[in-house]
Amino acid sequence: MASALFFYLFAVLAVASGAAVILAKNPVHAVLFLILAFFNAAGLFVLLNAEFLAMLLVIVYVGAVAVLFLFVVMMLDVDFAQLKAGFVKNAKIGALIGGIVLLELIALFGYRGLSLSPAMSPAAPIPAADSGVTNTQALGQLLYTQYVYFFQSAGLILLVAMIGAIVLTLKHRSAVKRQSIAAQVARGPATGLEVIKVPSGGSVIPPAAKHPEVAE
Amino acid sequence: MTIGLGHYLVVAACLFTLGIFGIFLNRKNVIVILLSIELMLLAVNINLVAFSHFNGDLVGQIFALFVLTVAAAESAIGLAIMVVYFRNRGSIAVEDINMMKG
Repeated sequence: MASALFFYLFAVLAVASGAAVILAKNPVHAVLFLILAFFNAAGLFVLLNAEFLAMLLVIVYVGAVAVLFLFVVMMLDVDFAQLKAGFVKNAKIGALIGGIVLLELIALFGYRGLSLSPAMSPAAPIPAADSGVTNTQALGQLLYTQYVYFFQSAGLILLVAMIGAIVLTLKHRSAVKRQSIAAQVARGPATGLEVIKVPSGGSVIPPAAKHPEVAE
Repeated sequence: MTIGLGHYLVVAACLFTLGIFGIFLNRKNVIVILLSIELMLLAVNINLVAFSHFNGDLVGQIFALFVLTVAAAESAIGLAIMVVYFRNRGSIAVEDINMMKG
């Protein structure tokens, strides 16, 4: 009974915050509602005994991706009110397409009767609750053995994404003076030191510095 | 009252439809389009985990893990493209993104 109560709590909040994501006037509010939707989805995952994925959703999605969104939304100086123009005009065709998809999904569920065929044998059975194997352990035992190549490719995808994001956004400004460690290390007595003989009673004007980047 | 597979599928279907609706509703704003895509991927993950639980098969959760990976990579690249675009054009309106139009 309690689990049904929690299911309805999480489900209603997830759908409501999902609706708030697309209806929010301010994109910052939209991202915050997305975070709420992710938290409620994590609650649903916990109810489904997928604790590892629930924590992954909270840590990776709320902790990294949603904050990245928030960061970008706040960084860009965009007039969001102007982007909202045509909201009502778009709503009609959007409602049409969304309604068609929802009707199709409902029809599919109604046709299949929402029943799983029990004849399907699981490829990797979920360990029983009293077996002492946690969800994280079971996932690891499967992920690092049978699906290790997929795991490696997932890592490659993340690496490519990281390099791509850095390459896209890194900007070298030539006007900024930067410390050149190589030039500093390569500086030796021959380039950094000059012995000038000063005649007694006279004076010598030192020549202009040949290496302005290492002078002072 | 017991919560079955159907309940979870209905939640996921609602979230997926909201994602599609959001793309059409905010089709000038790239940020909200990216948020809608995240919403749709979340719905897919709920479906996968629900089937995994009610089928007693752990592979669904493995697949949801990979969907999460790809979604994170996608949003990182999408946001990077958006930042570069805003830097060059000073706008992120979708109808301005037609430089390559013939």
